[in-house]
Amino acid sequence: MSNSKLARRFVIAVPNIWLILFFMIPFLVVLKISLAEPRIAIPPYSPLWEWVNGEIKFNINFENYAYMWEDTLYINAYLSSIKIAAISTLLTLLIGYPMAHYIARSPEPKRSILLLLVILPFWTSFLLRVYAWIGILKTKGILNAVLLWAGIIDEPLIIMQTDIAVYIGIVYTYLPFLILPLYANLVKLDDTLLEASRDLGASRISSFFRITLPLSMPGIIAGCMLVFIPVLGEYVIPALLGGPDTLMIGKVLWTEYFGNRDWPVASAVAIVMLIIMLIPIMVLRRAQSKGAEI
Amino acid sequence: MAEELSACERRPWVEATETPFVRIKGITKMFGDLAAVDDVSLDIYRGELFCLLGGSGCGKSTLLRMLAGFETPTAGTIEIDGQDMAGVAANLRPTNMMFQSYALFPHMSVEKNVAYGLLREGVPKPEAMQRTADMLSMVKLDGFANRKPHQLSGGQQQRVALARSLIKQPKLLLLDEPLGALDKKLREETQFELIRIQEDLGVTFIVVTHDQEEAMTLSTRIGVMDAGKIVQVGEPREIYETPNSKYVADFIGSVNIFDGEVDVAAPDLMRVNTAEGAIVCEPMAGLTAKQKLHIAVRPERMQLSRTPIEAANTMRGMVMEVAYMGNLSVYRVQLPGGQCLKVTAANGLHDENPITWDEEVHIGWSAAASTVLVK
Amino acid sequence: MKLRFTPIMAFLGFVFLYGPIFSLVIYSFNKSKLVTVWGGWSTKWYGELFANEQIMDAAWLSLKIGVTSASVATVFGTMMAMVLVRFKKVRGRGLMGGMITGPLVMPDVIIGLSLLLLFVSMQSLIGWPAGRGLTTILIAHITFNMAFVTVVVQSRLSDMDDSIEEAALDLGASPTRVFFDITLPMITPALISGWLLAFTLSLDDLVISSFVSGPGATTLPMVIFSKVRLGVSPDINALASLIVLVVSVGIVISAILMRKKPK
Repeated sequence: MSNSKLARRFVIAVPNIWLILFFMIPFLVVLKISLAEPRIAIPPYSPLWEWVNGEIKFNINFENYAYMWEDTLYINAYLSSIKIAAISTLLTLLIGYPMAHYIARSPEPKRSILLLLVILPFWTSFLLRVYAWIGILKTKGILNAVLLWAGIIDEPLIIMQTDIAVYIGIVYTYLPFLILPLYANLVKLDDTLLEASRDLGASRISSFFRITLPLSMPGIIAGCMLVFIPVLGEYVIPALLGGPDTLMIGKVLWTEYFGNRDWPVASAVAIVMLIIMLIPIMVLRRAQSKGAEI
Repeated sequence: MAEELSACERRPWVEATETPFVRIKGITKMFGDLAAVDDVSLDIYRGELFCLLGGSGCGKSTLLRMLAGFETPTAGTIEIDGQDMAGVAANLRPTNMMFQSYALFPHMSVEKNVAYGLLREGVPKPEAMQRTADMLSMVKLDGFANRKPHQLSGGQQQRVALARSLIKQPKLLLLDEPLGALDKKLREETQFELIRIQEDLGVTFIVVTHDQEEAMTLSTRIGVMDAGKIVQVGEPREIYETPNSKYVADFIGSVNIFDGEVDVAAPDLMRVNTAEGAIVCEPMAGLTAKQKLHIAVRPERMQLSRTPIEAANTMRGMVMEVAYMGNLSVYRVQLPGGQCLKVTAANGLHDENPITWDEEVHIGWSAAASTVLVK
Repeated sequence: MKLRFTPIMAFLGFVFLYGPIFSLVIYSFNKSKLVTVWGGWSTKWYGELFANEQIMDAAWLSLKIGVTSASVATVFGTMMAMVLVRFKKVRGRGLMGGMITGPLVMPDVIIGLSLLLLFVSMQSLIGWPAGRGLTTILIAHITFNMAFVTVVVQSRLSDMDDSIEEAALDLGASPTRVFFDITLPMITPALISGWLLAFTLSLDDLVISSFVSGPGATTLPMVIFSKVRLGVSPDINALASLIVLVVSVGIVISAILMRKKPK
């Protein structure tokens, strides 16, 4: 009996200690370093407290945050990240909703196959799938070659290294994340509701807007948040497909750390990013618990 | 020898001649602010087939799960065969349980399912396999040993679950809605099978069910539960004939209930005034005039006729509905005071002119058929 | 017209999803190095891929990290899922649930940065981990992977009928025994998909690995990233095609296995 109690404690302790050590504490470290001063040393920041003649001396400074406020680069990067995330979420929804709807309304063997086709790209490398777009979008790439050959355009389009390429990359990568929760919601929609609506004289389109769309709202919100949240912090897509003007906070943080080696500012950038993300994360959790009720 | 008599022959609960096998004392189980089981005390004797009967959410399953050790009581004690069960984990209790969902291990064959308990007990494999084979033939499943549960029908799965719960020869077998998932015909057959096995093995059964017919057929005694409390304990006949409350009368079988107040409560006459007129009952002690109470009359205890009836109680009414059930018919009769009565009458072989809709009829019943319910 | 709208959109959606992948596969067989010029069929890029030691070493390292981190994460994630679903009396389960969803929604840059800063602080405090490399990448991958495994196993456990485990307990098996005899065999499919998910995520991770790795520990995504930043490189096309091939074969095999299973 005490054996099984011991086993029980072990099972509780191991994963939780691991998570506290490697997930919770790191955030405190980030918070701590965001309040330190950068300096040229190893590690490249000042300690938060020091023992001076037997007394503890705190060096808390908010200069990193003040600096972020003064330099418009950071504010612009946050705003631009939110803008890019919002626009690409909307685009993903516009493409993903008809797909999810079509899959959910398909008869059974076809439905499973289509669903598998949505999930399948996820199992291949994300990095390589983003990379594939370079070959397609660049000035001498496949898309321009096809369009020139077809006579639709006379001069190659400049898409690579613009925000458009970033949007395409994001929509492409995150489409399955939106389709899956939306599909899970739409497939539960009772067919008889639509039949009842049609029976009561509503047209197909008005049935969609009055029945299907409102009922799929939790799925829409969950799907959109699953795109919006990670895109906010996205680094790889803007780095590979975007140009020097593409401003995203993930890229700024990366440069701050790898380029400028300014750890305190990188930490402050991360803390502010976390705070901004709390809102959509809370929206997501609410949508998920609501979705579970239905 | 007393041991050889079955519990329903010994009837140890009538005069406490034996020590109870299971003693439940003041058991309460709180889920948050809600008392799922509320201060229940109950004695169950060796060899009994005791039914806990009640609607869904009355706490009967929670009580059973506390006996099995899956839930810890908030207050009170449970003793099984003289041993206090507090702090005894489910895997160390002398009880076994048959689950409502059967809970067969889906990845194990029928044989492995049944042998599981023996092997955990440390019984050597050859012996365990022999006993498993014997048990499977007792529940008529020889030849199914190597099937997986999903390859069996509902009735077969039910018998595997029964075999698995009996293989360790538990002192006490707990059955949670054992027949609930079977269709009506199979359920009736299995009921008798269950009684046969219980009597052959002499195991004490506690059965949870919401089906009052099942409880009537199976049990030595029934405990009726409502809102976490035991409202009445008694033999099936006792519960049916003399329910102690409106709830029990209503729950067990169908019944006509009149609300009224005592008019006369003398040793030789007992009369109650209701909206449909006075009703005469058997004299009963402890009642005072003007006391509010209910009168319950079973539909089959009422007579129905086109002509006036000689009886202690008579009423007139109009037939609103007739439901033909084969061996009998159920009539709904509207009384002048507004109440609707349910009356059953046996169907004669050549009844050329049966009573039908919109007929004026006479209803009558004896004083003994009117059960007085104070609660 | 109304009728045709969703099928057409769905069709275009699937073309959008698969077009880029097909373009990678086709151009991996292109003799010419230029995307727009078709120089005829050739498998020379596959030869170059296998001759490229940097890529091969990185691939080997990534496989090692993937297998190890997925396996450890599967064990930890299963423990966590058991605590969250089955240990009903444990206090603070809500907090644990919140903690486990953290790595799922946190951006990679933040997880990477925070773990890196932790490792640096730990090194200056207790001297471990000495430098960064394989160990630190493994720790990072286990951390985010266990969250994904937990979610997968958790949903399987909560779908499972509790009374099956109770029945085993009732028949005299100890809780530990119940786990190995009943729970584990029943959640095996979830463990396999959890492991595969973790393995894939580990093989795919660029950002977190870049933060926490040190000199000498270069994973496959890091090599790919540094190569493709400079433009299209045909041996990467060959690599992508191989990955697509492996994944497709895997999916087909699992689909056949699923078919065979009676249910």
